[in-house]
Parts: sequence; structure tokens; C-alpha cells
Amino acid sequence: MTKLHSEAALRRAGRLLATASVAAAAFAFANAASAQTLTIESWRNDDADVWNTKIIPAFNKKHPDIKVQFKADPPTEYNAALNARLAGGTAGDLITCRPFDTSLDMFKKGNLVSVDDVKGIENFSDVAKSAWSTDDGKTTFCMPMASVIHGFVYNKEIFDELKLTPPKTVAEFHAVLDKIKADGKYTPIAMGTADQWEAATMGFQNIGVNYWKGEEGRKALIEGKQKFTDPAYVDVFKELATWAPYMGDGYKAQKYPDTQNLFTLGRAAIYPAGSWDVPIFRKQADFEFDAFAPPVAKAGDKCYISDHTDIAIGINAKSKNADAAKIFLSWVASPEFADIYANELPGFFPLSKDKVDVKDPVAAKFVGWRGTCESSIRNSYQILARGTPNLETELWNVSAQVMNGAMKAEEAAKKVEDGLASWYEPHKK
Amino acid sequence: MTDLTATSVQRADAVPVRARFPVHIAVFLAPALAIYTLFSIYPLIDTIRLSLYAGDETGARSFVGLQNFQTLLGDPNWSGHFWNALRNNLIFFAIHMVVQNGIGLGLAMLLSLPRLAGGSVYRTLIFLPTMLSVVIIGFIWQLILNPLWGIAPSLLKAVGLGSLFGPWLGQESTALLTVSLISVWQFVGIPMMLIYAALLNIPDDLLDAATVDGAGPFSVFWFVRLPLILPTLGVVSILTFVANFNAFDLIYAVKGALAGPNFSTDILGTFFYRTFFGFQLQVGSPTMGAAVATAMLIIILIGVLIYLFGVQRRLQRHTF
Repeated sequence: MTKLHSEAALRRAGRLLATASVAAAAFAFANAASAQTLTIESWRNDDADVWNTKIIPAFNKKHPDIKVQFKADPPTEYNAALNARLAGGTAGDLITCRPFDTSLDMFKKGNLVSVDDVKGIENFSDVAKSAWSTDDGKTTFCMPMASVIHGFVYNKEIFDELKLTPPKTVAEFHAVLDKIKADGKYTPIAMGTADQWEAATMGFQNIGVNYWKGEEGRKALIEGKQKFTDPAYVDVFKELATWAPYMGDGYKAQKYPDTQNLFTLGRAAIYPAGSWDVPIFRKQADFEFDAFAPPVAKAGDKCYISDHTDIAIGINAKSKNADAAKIFLSWVASPEFADIYANELPGFFPLSKDKVDVKDPVAAKFVGWRGTCESSIRNSYQILARGTPNLETELWNVSAQVMNGAMKAEEAAKKVEDGLASWYEPHKK
Repeated sequence: MTDLTATSVQRADAVPVRARFPVHIAVFLAPALAIYTLFSIYPLIDTIRLSLYAGDETGARSFVGLQNFQTLLGDPNWSGHFWNALRNNLIFFAIHMVVQNGIGLGLAMLLSLPRLAGGSVYRTLIFLPTMLSVVIIGFIWQLILNPLWGIAPSLLKAVGLGSLFGPWLGQESTALLTVSLISVWQFVGIPMMLIYAALLNIPDDLLDAATVDGAGPFSVFWFVRLPLILPTLGVVSILTFVANFNAFDLIYAVKGALAGPNFSTDILGTFFYRTFFGFQLQVGSPTMGAAVATAMLIIILIGVLIYLFGVQRRLQRHTF
């Protein structure tokens, strides 16, 4: 009795298993035939929400048959994790590209394909494409997405309370700082040196463009006509050194999130910013804030801004869904994407030629400087960051040391120049 | 007669049984050996092989002999960082040896006091941080020591010592010491437990005999207990050495891969990470990274060999 019973059960189980496997096979087949799934590799884990709720649904309205998955790593781990996955063959179909050599390196190793034949690439100027093109400018391997602009964000309520106006020149900037310090209630500058990159990016690159005159100085540096020991660069370090007394208690151990909190809690008046901070401040700060451009030396001087090509997207050479990936990329190049991106993530400014209305007033102010000042990119990114010691890392190191008072401006300039001259021909003379 | 029996017994014993290959030993060793070879020996040898290659920009690799090591030790751009990391690592190790193992020994002595109330509670509490994730430890201590909202500055201010506080994690002169002490705080439970176990193993009659012979508490410790736990102290030292020269996680969690300020907290682990995986605009080099890893292996090997031949062989073990 029991034996019979168990035999029947076994037979039934067998039949069930067979049905299940057939169904699974059919399902897998159907899956392969209809929907293609694209996976995006990114370091923008802060933006996952916007991608999942705004950008991807908008894309799916036009292309319902292509599924898109957004997968982000923390920014500091992105490069290492991505390279490991590329080597192991498990990286996603679409790869978010950092500017210049990190991506160029991936292209040269055959991990990225050229996007010159993707529809929509004609919407971008050569400058916009420069960060993701080969040195001769002939091949582009990532579709440009956005740039970020540096400047200063200030707490409007504190400025009103102390009757201050946003400074235009360096002298006015220091006068404002002195007044805030004399009042004593607020930290004049929200900035820390513990993470080092803040000092270099929000400090050195932010105000520096006015000293080395943007693109003019950046190109002269690459050609070897200017050196970091020239007065323009030493003066930037000197100016940074003067910020130290205006920064918060223990700024040497203050990290980037501390800095952001110091400002959004209303305890600091001025925040040397990247435009990517705007959406975060929008969410966290319960006071009104506004922005001013990096101060110039004399009133009426031409102004420059660091308008850095920061983010693009390319296709993994090993992707099995290359056609779908190309469709996605041409959509990224469309005005529709630019509009969503600019307004969902105010502070990231589209690079395409189409005009985009930025609705956030502070972000609009940042992008408005494109009309009044000249744009330039960070001077350490193109070509100069190729050798050992790495120029970008050196700049982080010395900028932080100058602000910590551990190094003089001249020493900092000399260290950076010596490092560059040790491997870069045009600087060896 | 007796002779005859003896030889026949010997013969029966010696011939067929000994000659057979001991299959069961191989069978018992196989799983461990296979796993160990696959996941430990093979990667180790492959790392050493990789360190003898160099990659070009297309990713193709070619054999270059010892050139990577020449660069590492000869090129000032590399050797500066390497020696700096090694020196910091030695300081990191020295602090652990003196502070962590010193306090561990002291705590073990206190715990082994015969009339200690709540000993197991202390033991658990002191051992607790060891079981926490390094990321949590790093985060908690950064919050405690944070100059803006940390509890350390307000605590010091409350007792009137506010002026003593500094941004310890951010100063070149204090950052390494601070990170080392955080690590000591986390791991002090391990030497404590090992030494405590060794102390418990010492029979009471030895201590009683010493006391009867007129030895005070200090002499009992110095002449009876310490010599008896020396083998354990040796094991603790070598564990500390290997763990410290492989350390990476805490520095990475607290100071990031750049190990600032000005590389003052850079140890071999973080130096390896930057070399192998790259950092920000610096593109990683697996071959150069393998060379750094091999150098680390050699350093650890030298340390362990010194211990094995210089210390371990002279240690006397006592069984009771």
C-alpha cells in the first residue's frame, strides 16, 4: 500500500519536473527573443533614484522592448570594481565614463567601442567630446552626458543678517570673510582637508581658472609654455593658504560629508562648491541659498569658470546587446534626456548643443556663467595625469598640505612641477 | 630459542605492511591539500609570476624579469612611497606590540585574579569590539573624534581639558598614532584571550610553592608565570606581525586609499591597493601591484623566518 502510494507520488513528481523544465526552457527562449536587458555601470549611487523613477521610465515609453537596469558602485570604488568586472567578463552593457585617461585606457584595452556611428553624436561640440576622444580627436568612445561647474554657494539668510553682498573680487571676498569671522556666530568657509580632493577640486581648480586664464593657461601647461612654479599658480596656493583661519574648528579632520552638513545645518556662511552639491542642498537645507562665481582679481576683469566635462556613457565591447545599447545612447544624446537630466539632477549640465531650460534657480545661475565667463576644464585631467607621480593625486596632496599650513605655496608649486618634469617631456627643459 | 622467536617476529613485522603505500593518509590529506593549493598556493605563485611581467596600454603583457622590482626600489617616485609605507607599517606594528600586547597581558593578569567578581562580563565586553566590522569601528571612531560633532571634544571640554583636543585624525604628526590606537582598541581582546588561557593552564601548586618559598606577587609573575607563558607571547607576536603587515581595511575605512594627510597613514596594504587598482586619475597596474604584493610577501616571510629560527626554537615548552 505504502509502496504503491510512494511510486505514484514519484511518477507525479517526475511529470511535474518535466513540465517545469519545459516551461523554464520556453520562458528562457521567449526572454532571449523579446526583451533585451541593458545594465548600466555607474559611480553615481546618489542618482539611482532619479534613474529608476524618471530616466529609465521615460526611455521605456519610447522603447518598451528594452529593459534597463541601473547598477551603481560608491564613487571611490567604481574604477577598481569596474576594471575587475571587465577583466572577468561580467561588466554591464553600458559603462559610465569618467573623463580622459581612465576611459581612454579602457578604450585602448578594447573594453569600449567607438560611438562615432551612433545617431546623436553630432549634437555635441568638439570641446564636449574632447574628454572622451583619442588624443588626435578622431575617435569618440563615450556619449557625453554632463559637466559640472565650480563656484561658491552661500547661505542667503546669514548674508542678509550680516548685511553682506556676494563678493565679485578677491578683495571683496576677504572683506566678507572678515566680517563673518568678526561676528563670530558662523564659520566663514565650510571646507575640510581630510579627504584632500576637496582642497584640490573646490579650492585649487575652483578659483585657479581666474589666475591661469582658463583654457589659455591649461593649454600652455600641456605645451610646456607655463609651469606650476609660475606666479599664476603659486598665487593660487597662496590664496588657498589664507583660507585656513576662516575654516571650521579642526578642519584638518573634517571630511566631505561633515562639510556638507556644516553648511546645510546653517552653521557656515560660504561653501566652495561643485554644482553637483545643489540637488543635495535643495533636499537638506531649510534656508535660502544662492551662488557667486569665483572672484576675480580686479573689478571688471574677465572671469573664467571651471566647467568640467565630468560624465559620459559608453558601450562595453563584450556586450551581447550592442544594438539595444546604441539605441539607448542615441536617446541619451536627445534633447529629451538632456531636459530630464538637467532638471532632475540640477547641477549636472547637459553638454549637447540643444538649449535646455534649467528650472532650479541656483543651478540656473551656475549654468548662466557660461554666458558671462569663459569655460575651461580642470588642468590636471588631459594628458598631464598620465605619468608617475600622478599629477591629480599630487595636487590633492599639496593643496591639502598648503591649507593645513604644512607646506608653503612655493614648495607646493615646486613639488608639483618637479613631479611633472620627472616624466613629461615638454616640462623637462 | 628466544633468539629465533625474536627474529621471526621482526620479519613478520617488517615485510609486507610497511611497504604498502599509506593510501588512507593521502585520502585524509587530499581535501585540505586541494583547497589550500587551489585558493592559496596557486594564487601566491601566480602573483609572483605576474610580478615579472609588464603590461602596455593595449593590455598585452610581456616578460620583463625583475624590472618591476628595480622600479619599485630604484625609481624615487616609487621607492619614496614604498619606504614610507614600510616605515609606517613598522611603526604600526611597534605600537601594536607595545600597547596592544602590553595591555592584553595586563588585562589577562587582572582577569586571572582569583577573587575577581564579574570576570566573564569584563572578558566579553573587552572582546566585543573584535567581533565588530572594521567599517563600523572606523565609522564610530571618526564620529567620536570628529572636531565638529564628536563626543571627544565635548567630553574633554566638560572636564576642562578642551585645549588638549586636536583634529588628531587630520594631522600629519598624530594621524598614524591615532589610527593605530583605534586598531589596538579593536583587537586588544585577542592577545588577552590567548594569554588568559595560557595563565589558566599554570597549575596552582607551582604558584603556591613559589609563594611558600617566599616569592612576592611581582616575583611570582616575573620568575614563574612569565616564563611559562612565553610560548603564547611568541604566538601572539607572530599573529600581530602577520596581521599588521597585511592590514589595510581600517586605514582604508578611516583615511581612504590615499592614506592622508601627506601619506602619513600609508601602509603597505593601502600602497598595494593604489598600485593594483589605481586611484582617481591614476590607472591601476596589475603587474606593478603584483610586484608590491610579492615584496610584502617577502617582508612577511623574513619576519616569520626570524621568529621561527631566532625565537621559536629557543622557547621551552612545559607540560604539566
